[in-house]
Amino acid sequence: MNRGDLTHLAALPRSMGESARLVERTREERLARSLRGKTFPALSLSVRNAWLADYHPDHQLDGKRPLKVGPDRGSQVPVELADLLESRPRAASTHFLNQESELLKADLVTDVLVIGGGGAGTAAAIAAAEAGAKVLIATKLRHGDSNTIMAEGGMQVADQECDSPAQHYVDVLGGGHFSNNADLVEALVTDGPKILRWLEGLGMLFDKYPTGRMKVRHGGGTSRKRLHAAGDVTGLEMMRVIQDRADALDAITVSPFTPAVELLTDDNGRAVGAVLERITGGKPLVVHARSVVMATGGLGRLHFNRFPTSNHYGATGDGLVMAYRAGVPLRDLNSCQYHPTGIAYPERKVGLLITEKFRGLGAPFLNRYGDEFVFGLETRDVTTAAIIRECGELDNGIRTPDGGVGVWLDVPLIDLIHGRGTIEREFPGRFKEFLGKGIDIRKLPLLAYPTLHYQNGGMVIRTNGGTDMPGLFAAGEVTGGVHGLNRLMGNALLEILVFGLRAGAAAAEFAQENARSDTPGLSHLQAFIEQLDQEKCDTTHVGPQLLPTYGAIN
Amino acid sequence: MSDTNQLAIRYDDLPYQVSAGRTILSALEEVGLTFVRGVGCRGGVCGACTALYRISGRPELKAVLLCQDEVRDGMEILPLPYIPQKKARHELTLSEGETPEYHVRKLYPEVNNCIMCGECTRLCPVDIDVMSYVGMIKRGDLSGAARESFTCIQCQACVLRCPSQISQPNAALAARRFHGRFKESPAEHLTKMIHKVENNHYKPIFRRLRRLDPDEIRALYQRREREPEETHPGTWLPDDRSYL
Ligand SMILES: Cc1cc2nc3c(=O)[nH]c(=O)nc-3n(C[C@H](O)[C@H](O)[C@H](O)COP(=O)(O)OP(=O)(O)OC[C@H]3O[C@@H](n4cnc5c(N)ncnc54)[C@H](O)[C@@H]3O)c2cc1C
Ligand code: SF4
Ligand code: SF4
Ligand code: FES
Repeated sequence: MNRGDLTHLAALPRSMGESARLVERTREERLARSLRGKTFPALSLSVRNAWLADYHPDHQLDGKRPLKVGPDRGSQVPVELADLLESRPRAASTHFLNQESELLKADLVTDVLVIGGGGAGTAAAIAAAEAGAKVLIATKLRHGDSNTIMAEGGMQVADQECDSPAQHYVDVLGGGHFSNNADLVEALVTDGPKILRWLEGLGMLFDKYPTGRMKVRHGGGTSRKRLHAAGDVTGLEMMRVIQDRADALDAITVSPFTPAVELLTDDNGRAVGAVLERITGGKPLVVHARSVVMATGGLGRLHFNRFPTSNHYGATGDGLVMAYRAGVPLRDLNSCQYHPTGIAYPERKVGLLITEKFRGLGAPFLNRYGDEFVFGLETRDVTTAAIIRECGELDNGIRTPDGGVGVWLDVPLIDLIHGRGTIEREFPGRFKEFLGKGIDIRKLPLLAYPTLHYQNGGMVIRTNGGTDMPGLFAAGEVTGGVHGLNRLMGNALLEILVFGLRAGAAAAEFAQENARSDTPGLSHLQAFIEQLDQEKCDTTHVGPQLLPTYGAIN
Repeated sequence: MSDTNQLAIRYDDLPYQVSAGRTILSALEEVGLTFVRGVGCRGGVCGACTALYRISGRPELKAVLLCQDEVRDGMEILPLPYIPQKKARHELTLSEGETPEYHVRKLYPEVNNCIMCGECTRLCPVDIDVMSYVGMIKRGDLSGAARESFTCIQCQACVLRCPSQISQPNAALAARRFHGRFKESPAEHLTKMIHKVENNHYKPIFRRLRRLDPDEIRALYQRREREPEETHPGTWLPDDRSYL
């Protein structure tokens, strides 16, 4: 690159441009080092552990507090979530609480109520409908507006000759630091091949060779190449295909813009429906069902500790709140995945992911002086801790005009290491996208900061998606145990289909075997509120939240 | 005060002064608008934030994604949080002797009426050559249509101004699914794996694995053989095959 030519830097705001110049100054030397095979030293085990303990959000007591009521009383969870789990009901449900004698008359009646129209919910609806049940999907935004649609990377399935569900099992357990529920893991990996065939049969497109053999890749922590992708829009392709399948089934009705805000339970402690709120205003809707599947997904939009997030607009952990009030235990709530390469600039992309492949091909992280501070191939959690340390305590981050901060990912180095054209060839989508915004990533580094990406924990379930509450099933990101304390890339897309289908089938069976309840009500909520009062919980928080604070529904 | 960093726009027919350099969505949020509908992924893949706009006084009506596109001075924006669709319901099956190409056209016969005006391609906020994939569906090139429409986020913007009443994204969805189901070769190695699972080949292996104590499973994890990055899928085998 011509050293004197600084025009490309003009694409960045001034303060960022100045730091980007420093990056260019150190680049040649870093290249020389890298060509000599010299890498920035990896951390010793003890320093890694110390950094995790000192900087990784999961390990901080700061921003956490113990729960005061409910089945997980005493466990430490992020304050934002604790406040919601111990929040007061929304007006839509108190409305029913206060008119005690009035039965909650049904506006809608169904066999199976599925709460959440993402990947897990849609799969559950399909399975329940195919098993003969009448299904209502109640979802917050439009059908398909979800985390599922945003997944790019791919889905893990053990299908190759060198691979097996057993091998996959070992990878999942190790990835989760052996904290997973082994029964759930065995179910996950064993159903994998069947799920892949199901998707093929639905006409979902995968990256394949002309012979039909799947193209597969490694993901972090895999011992075999088993990541199956549809270009870089795997979740989009999956969601639109299964949604189209659901649309073809007469037994499924979809109710968009009507999030559930409360479960209905009966005198036998069974889940028998829900209260839905209309997000555009109007009377809430009461749904009576014979069984319920909770599939509300994750919670990135709660922005723990003000982290940016990769999640969709409706990821506010509602299912956890509804289930917790009804007495369903949750697990591993303290454990979230913070993806180290979230985009920090330009603003429209903040929180969104850039693939780890950039790191894999040799793009290092640099601070504002253009200096490396962490080995490029540390695990996600350690890298995240290192970036937080660099930007926080050491104050070596680069500030953006909208108040954000980040570190450089020196992408141009990739072309210098692997030859010109590599960046364009390996990252066609991102290259085009940033170029459209005037940022040529062959010449300019990208700004990155960890982003709140995935909720590892959630509702405790069994292998059929069943919970401790009769009639209540759950699947997807709202549940915990499958991944333990750490999820490997590509296992969430598999999880939502495996457990979505299982939960849907089990909910349909439950609906066939159990008559409609005569006493749908909110007694569990009444009891929970009494506990909140007893423990003198803050009365100002109202939940579930439904949308992030900057989108609050009044 | 006229500040160059401030732009004047209209959103849903109300005037706003917003900051330059931001997405339409965040610029509006910054001045206090809260969105209830019309926002989904905030990442440019769901189409929930589709809107039409015109720069005041200009002839062209264009489509944007509020979460992706930058505010520009004089924008008059109409949000479209919900767009009614024509979607043909189907079981992804063919009748005797029928081709997938024919079936897709039967589901969406309107594609035959495309007058190649190019309105759809002009409107698409993610730069898909819509007219071209419509032509491919019409000509029976499902593979081409699948490729060309692959990154369609189904925002429905192109549908809005089609003089021939074509539901391009939904026709493309059908084209992709029929292509995937009937034209792509199924994965044979997958069939073999499914047989093994169904014949309970892994039952005893799992029984063995599940009996391992924590230290043993840790050790097993530590000594996993890693499939080399560069080998062609299906060609490499590990030394230890007791878990296959
Ligand atoms: C950017 C990104 C990239 C990812 N990449 C990958 C990847 O490559 N591979 C992989 O395996 N995983 C990936 N993941 C993770 C994976 O996509 C998700 O964990 C998974 O799709 C979650 O599916 P789900 O059905 O449980 O939740 P979602 O898909 O989020 O669906 C939940 C649905 O419920 C709705 N909802 C929420 N609250 C309520 C309520 N109160 N009432 C009614 N409805 C409600 C939501 O709006 C949403 O539609 C990625 C995630 C993100 C965000
Ligand atoms: S092809 Fe049509 S529906 Fe698809 S993204 Fe473009 S404008 Fe939207
Ligand atoms: S807008 Fe309709 S008629 Fe015009 S090119 Fe597109 S599909 Fe054809
Ligand atoms: S909100 Fe999904 S595309 Fe804009």
